[in-house]
Amino acid sequence: MAGVGQLHLGTPFLPSASIRGRSSGGGGSRRLTTRIQAKIREIFMPALSSTMTEGKIVSWVRAEGDKLSKGESVVVVESDKADMDVETFYEGYLAAIMVEEGDVAAVGSAIALLAETEDEIPLAKSQASSSSSPAASPPAAETPVPPSPSETAPEAVSSPPPSPKSSQAAVSSTHPASESGRRIVATPYAKKLAKDLKVELGSVAGSGPMGRIVAKDVEAAAAVAAAAAPVSSVPPKSISDSAAVKAPASPAIQLGTVVPFTTMQGAVSKNMVESLSVPTFRVGYTITTDALDSLYKKIKSKGVTMTALLAKATALALTKHPVVNSSCRDGKSFTYNSSINIAVAVAIDGGLITPVLQDADKVDIYSLSRKWKELVDKARAKQLQPHEYNNGTFTLSNLGMFGVDRFDAILPPGTGAIMAVGASQPTVVATKDGRIGVKSQMQVNVTADHRVIYGADLAAFLQTLAKIIEDPKELTL
Amino acid sequence: MQASLSLSLSLPPAAPRSDPAPTVFRPSALRFCGLRREALGLRPLRPAGSTWVFPSPARTPSRKTVAAVSGNGSPSKGFDYDLVIIGAGVGGHGAALHAVEKGLKTAIIEGDIVGGTCVNRGCVPSKALLAVSGRMRELQNEHHLKALGLQVSSPGYDRQGVADHANNLASKIRNNLTNSLKALGVDILTGVGTIAGTQKVKYGKVGFPDTEITAKDIIIATGSVPFVPNGIEVDGKTVFTSDHALKLEWVPEWIAIVGSGYIGLEFSDVYSALGSEVTFVEALDQLMPGFDPEIGKLAQRVLINPRKIDYHTGVFAKKITPAKDGKPVLIELIDAKTKEPKDTLEVDAALIATGRAPFTKGLGLENINIVTQRGFVPVNERMQVIDASGNLIPHLYCIGDANGKMMLAHAASAQGISVVEQIGGRDNVLNHLSIPAACFTHPEISMVGMTEPQAREKAQQEGFEVSVAKTSFKANTKALAENEGEGLAKLIYRPDTGEILGVHILGMHAADLIHEASNAIALGTRVQDIKFAVHAHPTLSEVLDELFKSAKVFECISGVHSMRNCA
Repeated sequence: MAGVGQLHLGTPFLPSASIRGRSSGGGGSRRLTTRIQAKIREIFMPALSSTMTEGKIVSWVRAEGDKLSKGESVVVVESDKADMDVETFYEGYLAAIMVEEGDVAAVGSAIALLAETEDEIPLAKSQASSSSSPAASPPAAETPVPPSPSETAPEAVSSPPPSPKSSQAAVSSTHPASESGRRIVATPYAKKLAKDLKVELGSVAGSGPMGRIVAKDVEAAAAVAAAAAPVSSVPPKSISDSAAVKAPASPAIQLGTVVPFTTMQGAVSKNMVESLSVPTFRVGYTITTDALDSLYKKIKSKGVTMTALLAKATALALTKHPVVNSSCRDGKSFTYNSSINIAVAVAIDGGLITPVLQDADKVDIYSLSRKWKELVDKARAKQLQPHEYNNGTFTLSNLGMFGVDRFDAILPPGTGAIMAVGASQPTVVATKDGRIGVKSQMQVNVTADHRVIYGADLAAFLQTLAKIIEDPKELTL
Repeated sequence: MQASLSLSLSLPPAAPRSDPAPTVFRPSALRFCGLRREALGLRPLRPAGSTWVFPSPARTPSRKTVAAVSGNGSPSKGFDYDLVIIGAGVGGHGAALHAVEKGLKTAIIEGDIVGGTCVNRGCVPSKALLAVSGRMRELQNEHHLKALGLQVSSPGYDRQGVADHANNLASKIRNNLTNSLKALGVDILTGVGTIAGTQKVKYGKVGFPDTEITAKDIIIATGSVPFVPNGIEVDGKTVFTSDHALKLEWVPEWIAIVGSGYIGLEFSDVYSALGSEVTFVEALDQLMPGFDPEIGKLAQRVLINPRKIDYHTGVFAKKITPAKDGKPVLIELIDAKTKEPKDTLEVDAALIATGRAPFTKGLGLENINIVTQRGFVPVNERMQVIDASGNLIPHLYCIGDANGKMMLAHAASAQGISVVEQIGGRDNVLNHLSIPAACFTHPEISMVGMTEPQAREKAQQEGFEVSVAKTSFKANTKALAENEGEGLAKLIYRPDTGEILGVHILGMHAADLIHEASNAIALGTRVQDIKFAVHAHPTLSEVLDELFKSAKVFECISGVHSMRNCA
């Protein structure tokens, strides 16, 4: 065996411009090309043996911001045979690490950027954050990185969240164990998870002994944060009249190209896959909406929106069925949420987001409608704050405005149930007295986590919801 | 040197058989004794920690019978015994067995229980816990099991069952040790031994009159106890040492381990496999400071980073308060250099693994003008005790943890054998660089000889070159068959002479693999010779085979090196 760590392969750097040339195509990378300067070089995964196709980053010997001189070891790479130190051929600053320790990258793909001068570090960093190395595995539940001031926000980063950080900011209380919140007490695994899942421990409420933060608290926080972005597999819409609606534009797609996910799309993808670990089931119900429609006509002029009405109706039904507002975070227990926060999926450029109507059961319908308008405006302006999109306890997704009569939604990890709302359509129905009539009806379909919510729970909830919608006087109280 | 806890019990070493010894029973009588014990239904198991009163009056006749058979020699003129050993740990036991073989009339004084730290509160019970943790770890590693095509559903453990396994193992080994001494006719004298004067020892139980005996030679082998720094309050429940931890009375959800040497590392392996989260507190800037730096780095990657373990380095635990009144265990950390307060940890339990302190108080050393150094008995390279004025004290030796040369059970035993050789008139100096050490984590770590920095320092002083060769477990067929490719073997040697300076292994069964290297060092075998030794294929031993083969020793015929001293 060759000596482990003794080999110094000096091949990993090439001027980045030449690499970019190869991978152009797709809107995102075109933009990148223009920003690239020759003085920022890519460090990429060397081929350490003839059979090596990918390598794992064992450890970064140097940290971001370190000055490197020629011939210095930068990174230890594990190949199929051994671990080897990889050294640099160029002087400069290690500006941005693109593949973290423990992650795998294909031979030849960029794993870090090297800036020639210190001034170029921020530029390199922004370059690193907007380019995505195909082989690099993005950290779990990553949410968009805030665009750096120097660049125009690429469309990739269209969702506003400045940080993915925890969801529970709003509900976070002080840690009893931490001298009124001045110190964070978190277990070793909780800390590791927080780092991996990019959760800010300061905003997580600890549920462990003496209020310490334990792993499941971090997981819950990450799940709720993740749930904020992706909701259903179909781009959902807020209800027809809501401001956010705009048919998904399909411009500027170059056929025959492969376009890597944006960070947000990556997060959606990850969450969708994650959702497969939850045992969900679905229960549908047909609700007559004549009464709701006439109520809506009456109060529409006062600024009331259909989304707010549906959210309010759902929230009122949830007050009677707290289990449907619960979630299962650790596979062992029910987490009964103290408030009813209705998240409503909204499609935005390049993704979707779920603004949350907090305490929808308590807030009156007029305030709720104003709040909804405000949230939608903010979502469009990409100014939503994390607490405005990531603490939903129950999600609504509505495709009715497209004429979709029924669909089912994927349950966002960390929550207990999501309701897919179809279009309300005039339907010929047989009434109990033997007559035939026409009524407006819509189909709703709830997807729920069967670990905590059972069929009878959903059935009872839907029955209550139907009653509220069919006799909606409660909604304006 | 770190403490001895982690080392496996050294079975009575097979002594050289070349000279005709009068004994009937050899050290290998161990197994015989074990069988005999069971057949006769002798002594019931007792929980570790209870005082072992020995011998009980009822037992005396049988002991005498055995003694008569065994042929423990008759003492030299004017002495009760040829050799009296104070302390019946692994060191004292090894010395006693060898002494009997050499025809010396031998007694061993034990104030606590036979077996000492290793058997009762150290290497032995910890191996039982580690055997469990290793299996738990395998069963919990779904990815690993899947790769082997295995399916196991939700593995779990019964804490009391695990604790019993450790306790039973300690009892069994203790009985084996006791019976082997009895079978050979070594007198086991119960009580606290004190040096009364030259060639004189007193012993007796507390509250009873002492008995004074004379011996031609005396070996001090009183061992060590866990070292607890000032400011740490040990309550034995939430703040404890390895002594308590080995009883596994509970498995805390979050435990801080103060000290990241062998003991700390092994316990982190046990606790993390049983579901605890672990926080290391290490005073030095690096975890595992005793290891070769490269091995330490790899160990951190394999044994620390992927597990539910975090750490604080460069800090002292200034104050540790046990949990009480609903408050958790509080650990106040200060910067090791500036002494500034750094952090406070709030955990469920704290294990103090900051090393071990010699147990030499009450030995009466002042009676013969010995001044201990931090409790250690000063000795020369022949384990002869040195008095306050720097003179050798005749007929007095000190072995094992009490002299602090190398705090390992098998080192103590080897030192004891070396002393007995000297008493018998055959000069013997033990080469401590040939004594292997091991840490029984999963995977294991083992080493013998110098670390790379030590070797380089020596090389600079003495003006020779040092080379390093390494092989990976990733390239070993057996390791890959086991799906345990993580590991490294490292050889530090002189390229001019082929002398092996040190070998360090991290990987599956490293503790068993090291002996090829330690034997080579002990026997002076050079790299260029051992590389022709054949290893069975496919075995893990081929990791070392490849290691030796990859070493490059200068050819004597080469012009450049023709002047070098070639082997």
